[in-house]
Amino acid sequence: MKVGVWEAFLLVLRRELALSFRRPDQLLQPLVFFLIVTTLFPLGLSVQLSLLRDMAPGVLWVAALLSSLLSLDALFKSDADDGTLEQLALSGQGLNVIVMAKTLAHWLVSGAALVLVSPVVGTALAIPEAAFGTMMLSLSLGTLTLSWLGAIGAGLTVGLKRGNVLLSLIVLPLAMPLLIFGAGATDRAISGASAAGALYLLAALCVLTCTLAPFAATAALRITLE
Amino acid sequence: MSAFWSMGGYARYVWPCFGFAGAVLCWNLWSARGYLAAARSRAVRAMAMDENV
Amino acid sequence: MWTWFYKLASPPYVFGVAAALTPWFFALAALAIGYGTVAGLVFAPPDYQQGDAFRIIYVHAPAAWLSLFAYTTMAVAGGIGLIWRIKMGHAVAAATAPVGASFTLLALVTGSLWGRPMWGTYWAWDPRLTSELILLFLYVGVMSLRPAFEDPARGDRAAALLSIVGVVNVPIIHYSVLWWNSLHQGATVAKIGKPAMPGSMLWPLLSMLLGFMLFYGAVLCIRVRGEVLNRERQATWVREAVKSR
Repeated sequence: MKVGVWEAFLLVLRRELALSFRRPDQLLQPLVFFLIVTTLFPLGLSVQLSLLRDMAPGVLWVAALLSSLLSLDALFKSDADDGTLEQLALSGQGLNVIVMAKTLAHWLVSGAALVLVSPVVGTALAIPEAAFGTMMLSLSLGTLTLSWLGAIGAGLTVGLKRGNVLLSLIVLPLAMPLLIFGAGATDRAISGASAAGALYLLAALCVLTCTLAPFAATAALRITLE
Repeated sequence: MSAFWSMGGYARYVWPCFGFAGAVLCWNLWSARGYLAAARSRAVRAMAMDENV
Repeated sequence: MWTWFYKLASPPYVFGVAAALTPWFFALAALAIGYGTVAGLVFAPPDYQQGDAFRIIYVHAPAAWLSLFAYTTMAVAGGIGLIWRIKMGHAVAAATAPVGASFTLLALVTGSLWGRPMWGTYWAWDPRLTSELILLFLYVGVMSLRPAFEDPARGDRAAALLSIVGVVNVPIIHYSVLWWNSLHQGATVAKIGKPAMPGSMLWPLLSMLLGFMLFYGAVLCIRVRGEVLNRERQATWVREAVKSR
């Protein structure tokens, strides 16, 4: 039965989402981590509301980065462990279609979930409601880019001992420009200035990554699977 | 002459810079030669094992 | 015309050529660095704004330039290894990584020591400094990834892919002073026609730049020979090569 590219994409996407929802505790862990980490900063620094607002964008973004990293390790790992990944690679469908579906599923389950939870965290960090729109938009673009950067890193490190440490070491430097623009956009929105410039740069980074990263991530997987 | 050493008052920035640069160059040389020597001795040992087998 | 390129794919050829080039690179590097250091420290006049502190440029600028050049070399060499499966590409990439990382560290440290008297701070989260720091992390990532694989060939390919992904950072560092408001000064030498520096200051700088490049070439030759030996240990030509010297 010859399956078209689009059907293959949707099949893999649906499989990934079904697998994720079958383990709701694994879904919730990064979210809970996100909430805990954002709580750590105000507790540790015990600052007044105004100072909290100043550091809110940075705290939010660092927490989002770290919790995305947690779930990235699992992107290819379970499929690599039981041989499904090799089967998918040999299936005749382009490996890049499968990688795209897996990465999109990962973003829907982790990044998009983070964005939905962010108003709660934003309130905890004293971010004014007027800035929520920019905050959520920048987080959406940023986590999507991060899922793609993470896919490259995950493809390179799947099957390595201590792979998750290496994964962070690889992905975090690549994600630093993202952090700068994302936090910058939210920061500008909080202070009332226009965040358009930073958002455009963030969107540009996102588009660049979404177009080039699939090739890099697929190549990374081929190197691992060969 | 002392004007040279004091570097117009900036001596404690200028001289450590040149010192660290010299150190980096020396380290590169030393480490590269060590790497080659280690590779060579490993190759010699591998050949010796082959000949014994 | 392209025969020299094909020859470079041959490990024994690379081993021999690197051995022959090394003393020349060192000799010329010593001359260029010697002249650059003496002329830069003694004969160049002090800067009107920065006084004698500007002399740090004679180590800082070549180190920074080399950090970018080495990373690009590493990415290109890795790419050649990845795309055309030429093992010597991976050898060059592996050899250049620690050298480039050391120069990045040198650039960051000398820059920091220069920043203290000039800007009043050892560090600022400014685009060029930040992206150069990211470059150091990228080097560390590549150097950590390669040995993590049991199969060295796989490690080479993975490291090559990672260095290619990170090469995007290099133009960002270079153009950061142009694109963003930055504490760091803009281009000094690269302005075509009229560099912003007088000759007595410029020539030592160019000489140091050349000297560092030649030194990099010399160290690279030594390390590449080590890489070749490590990768080609089983080959027959290695017996003769190792016995003779």
